[in-house]
Amino acid sequence: MAVVLVRATESTTGRTTVAIEDEVCVIGGGLAGMTAALRAAHEGARVRLLSHKKSTLRHASGLVDILGYADGELVADPFDALSSLPKTHPYRRVGNDAVRAGLSLFDDVTGDAYRGTHTDANALVATHGGTVKPTARYPARVAPGLASRDRKTLLVGFDSLTAFDAPLAADHLAAAGVPGTTRGVTVAFPGDFRADSRVTRFARALDDDETVETASGSTPVRRALARTLESHLGDAERVGFPAVLGEGESQEVREALESSLGIDVFEVPMGPPSLLGLRLEALFQEALDEAGVRRTTGNPVTEFDASDGRIQSVSTDRNGRPTPFHADEFVLATGGLVGKGIDSDREGVVEPVFDCHVPHPDDRYEWFDDEAFGDHPFARFGVDVDDDLRPLDADGGAEYDNLRAAGGVLGGADFAAEKSGSGISLATGHAAGRAAGAAANQ
Amino acid sequence: MATETEALVIGGGSTGCGIARDLALRGVDTTLVERGNLTHGTTGRMHGLLHSGGRYAVSDQESAAECIAESRVLREIASHCVEMTGGLFVQLPADDDEYFEEKLAGCRDCDIPAEVISGEEAREIEPYLTRDVERAIRVPDGAIDPFRLCVANAADAEKHGARIETHAEVTDVLVEDDQVTGVEVRHESGPGKRSHHEPGTTERIEADHVVNATGAWAGELGAMAGVEVEVRPSKGVMTVMNTRQVDTVVNRCRPKGDADIIVPHETACILGTTDVEVEDPDDYPEEQWEIDMMIDTLSELVPILSEARTIRSFWGVRPLYEPPDTGTTDPTDITRQFFLLDHADRDSLEGMTSIVGGKLTTYRLMAEQITDHVCEKLGIEGNCRTAEQPLPGSEDFSVLRDYMEEFGLRSPVGRRSAERLGSKADEVLKTDDPNPVVCTCEAVTRAELDHAIADAGTDLNATRIRTRASMGNCQGGFCAHRIAALLHPEYDEATTRTALDELYEERWKGQRHALWGEQLSQAMLNHALHATTMNRDRDPAASDDGIEYDRFDAGPPTPEAAADGGRAGACDGIDDGEDDRGD
Ligand SMILES: Cc1cc2nc3c(=O)[nH]c(=O)nc-3n(C[C@H](O)[C@H](O)[C@H](O)COP(=O)(O)OP(=O)(O)OC[C@H]3O[C@@H](n4cnc5c(N)ncnc54)[C@H](O)[C@@H]3O)c2cc1C
Ligand SMILES: Cc1cc2nc3c(=O)[nH]c(=O)nc-3n(C[C@H](O)[C@H](O)[C@H](O)COP(=O)(O)OP(=O)(O)OC[C@H]3O[C@@H](n4cnc5c(N)ncnc54)[C@H](O)[C@@H]3O)c2cc1C
Repeated sequence: MAVVLVRATESTTGRTTVAIEDEVCVIGGGLAGMTAALRAAHEGARVRLLSHKKSTLRHASGLVDILGYADGELVADPFDALSSLPKTHPYRRVGNDAVRAGLSLFDDVTGDAYRGTHTDANALVATHGGTVKPTARYPARVAPGLASRDRKTLLVGFDSLTAFDAPLAADHLAAAGVPGTTRGVTVAFPGDFRADSRVTRFARALDDDETVETASGSTPVRRALARTLESHLGDAERVGFPAVLGEGESQEVREALESSLGIDVFEVPMGPPSLLGLRLEALFQEALDEAGVRRTTGNPVTEFDASDGRIQSVSTDRNGRPTPFHADEFVLATGGLVGKGIDSDREGVVEPVFDCHVPHPDDRYEWFDDEAFGDHPFARFGVDVDDDLRPLDADGGAEYDNLRAAGGVLGGADFAAEKSGSGISLATGHAAGRAAGAAANQ
Repeated sequence: MATETEALVIGGGSTGCGIARDLALRGVDTTLVERGNLTHGTTGRMHGLLHSGGRYAVSDQESAAECIAESRVLREIASHCVEMTGGLFVQLPADDDEYFEEKLAGCRDCDIPAEVISGEEAREIEPYLTRDVERAIRVPDGAIDPFRLCVANAADAEKHGARIETHAEVTDVLVEDDQVTGVEVRHESGPGKRSHHEPGTTERIEADHVVNATGAWAGELGAMAGVEVEVRPSKGVMTVMNTRQVDTVVNRCRPKGDADIIVPHETACILGTTDVEVEDPDDYPEEQWEIDMMIDTLSELVPILSEARTIRSFWGVRPLYEPPDTGTTDPTDITRQFFLLDHADRDSLEGMTSIVGGKLTTYRLMAEQITDHVCEKLGIEGNCRTAEQPLPGSEDFSVLRDYMEEFGLRSPVGRRSAERLGSKADEVLKTDDPNPVVCTCEAVTRAELDHAIADAGTDLNATRIRTRASMGNCQGGFCAHRIAALLHPEYDEATTRTALDELYEERWKGQRHALWGEQLSQAMLNHALHATTMNRDRDPAASDDGIEYDRFDAGPPTPEAAADGGRAGACDGIDDGEDDRGD
């Protein structure tokens, strides 16, 4: 691995500081930024990843969607439907091959932890609200629960975990016409946990197989949980829990439950804090460390230096003190409205780091639709890019020669309605990382 | 088939609920009908200021004196609905000295405790006030929760034998020979508490006396009875901030004007307001300039407001009334007094009284006067007890108990629950089941929600106003579905889903006026949680076209799957995506 070049410069505060130099600098540590950094590193570049806060993966389900709906219609094969998207859609910018390449990088990083590589077809996963949703890759812990598998299913909820009401979800899935029958039951999580325990508390108890007090004495929690369910199993062929079955030891937890119950065990993806999303983030971070990507987290990039149409450096801000990072190529992967890569006030919408142009209507009453699930222009807010993913200014020229953008910061796609969030991050992160890495090598 | 009642009250706002309670306490057989949920009209869309009277101390001293007297009463009988924040009338350099002196003198004339403090002292109380504050008058303004207030009045009326029907719209007033004999009512889902998906019914209610307490809609009800009631609805905007930038009510000390008051409420504070006459109280424009004016003008008083996060805006219509031939052009000049219209005197129509105008702070006094009048008509004797008898929730109210220990709630949750529930806290929160927090922003537990649902049926907006659940920063993004789930299994899945959609839409409606900055980010997060994670926007259960499940991946091939013939989804190597179709 190359050594970081260190050079003394004059910082804006007048004090001498140590400058940090890399070949590729990625701003934003979400799925898009991590993918770009990893791909650029594979290109042989020396890569720095700067990230301010936790990525949106802690909110996300942990599923990896490519495309679930096109023109509002459910899509069975996302790769078939890509060409029906508008030309300004990020997928059209990078092309089908980049979508596959991004996904294949994902498969390498996640290995056994994810399923879905055997087919191009979308899978339908039960949601914690009781619908099903189309996705391309799903955690192994979710796999036995797929809706297309015709099984008698028992869903189990915990009475203090209000985000998953198993009997309601079961009735909802029936209304959605899923094959097989679905029943739901609510039980108390064994042991004396506070009513407000966080999901991580249950997960940890299962990871460590903590001893809990039950009516029949002290029992390891996995066994106690299995015992709680015995009388409810009936003819069920698989049993689904909210995704709280362990953090680090989830496979062991699931296997223990499967062997006690004698049927398949699966998990239903949940909202924040999402253990599946956090687990996905951890897998990528391990891969980044292995690839030698340097991660600097905790402070936002607030300033940059540019000359001759190129970004020379960016600076993070730590309590008012700037730290500059120099590089040859930059990737902007700061996320969309949720990740704060796109910001707004009453007057307009901006990309706050480089002030790249963000197309939007002048009148803020044209940013939204009147219905909650309407076609919201705001959901598509983001920078517009050329086919090399370089952000475009208002006149359609590249903002900077050595700046590319990836992931949620890109405009032109309503990932929530399309079910395309992680897919766009993977495809564009891959394309931006490869191009930045290659350019840095020249 | 007709049902009978002595007094029929139309309208479930503060006025109608107050009258129903007073009538019931005096032993009158009473029915109240409201077309939406309680507070559906102006009462659910007002600023929540418990007036000290200071705002009227110059322009309308009679109102001012009533306000301070009633404020003192409500602090006693409705303590669980009131927070005595105190209030300031703040003078900036541009504001007239003479008016300041008039205000002070006016307060003293009306028995409103008023104290002049320096700019510095004012900033000690409210550090975010602008630096150039000259001085201020301190008065006993407060905040009042209109929802809790109405629910408590209605609950007490019911306890004393009244019948309260929500989602029951009066479609006709029955008149025979110059005598109102009753009304025709359409129940949205049958009588009793709301249940979506239940068929509607109609009912004829015969009454000895009808009270038209429909506020801004009083003209429509009058027309049904063939009399004219000259209400002049005037709209006003209120903008909700994400946090309490101020802890006291902050008024600008200058003659009438738009955007001159900030009222702290629970976890938020609310900016207001405008005053623009509208034609139709059900259909008027909600305009961007109104919100911009709230933020721009009030940030002269509290500068950080220009940067702060707003979470939604809403509008209400004042039921202003002007006696015929007064001819006031500017709605801000129309009196805030209330009027009792005795249609027997006025229009030779027996059996009906209309009440219009007024304000929430004086609702009890208004109700007392109407009830006196109705009792006289009915020939019923009975004294008004509403000034002394506490409302349910405010009886013998001592929150001395440690709710954390008693109910296993984390202390801020316990404190906020107890503040909302007052003396009902015991009854509501005591449960043997675990009692998790369902709405984190507002610290509302499952037990409190279950209790509200027992009252409100599937109308989750009625549950919302009882508990504040889904009214915080996330505007239901994190909790709307959890709240709805509590309806099941008492109500079936389809009903639960409809109720959730209705709550979510209602929350969206107000947020549309706050979509920039943090709240736009929150809106996108909510959109992602509900559309992406839960796929609620394309819910297959809500669509007529069934999904062909066997066109989708059923999981990786396993020995077992192979054994059952690879049923449901081709599992091996579909390269072009064609193999798993067409059968
Ligand atoms: C609630 C929710 C559910 C989702 N569910 C799914 C799903 O089911 N399936 C799916 O495929 N996708 C889903 N997604 C989408 C997916 O998780 C990501 O949001 C998407 O891939 C975008 O990722 P990103 O890397 O572009 O941005 P983000 O994840 O937003 O990451 C941006 C990063 O940049 C950092 N940053 C921002 N500004 C700066 C700065 N100035 N300096 C330094 N760092 C900065 C942020 O702190 C953050 O770490 C979901 C998203 C959300 C919000
Ligand atoms: C912007 C604004 C701010 C305000 N701020 C304050 C303040 O801070 N402090 C204060 O004291 N006062 C304030 N007020 C005044 C106060 O809100 C009102 O005076 C009070 O709420 C009126 O109550 P009400 O019961 O008379 O009318 P409403 O609350 O409007 O009640 C009338 C009810 O009748 C129902 N109805 C209509 N037609 C029918 C039908 N056909 N059948 C059955 N029911 C029907 C409606 O649905 C409605 O619920 C404010 C008003 C506005 C507009």
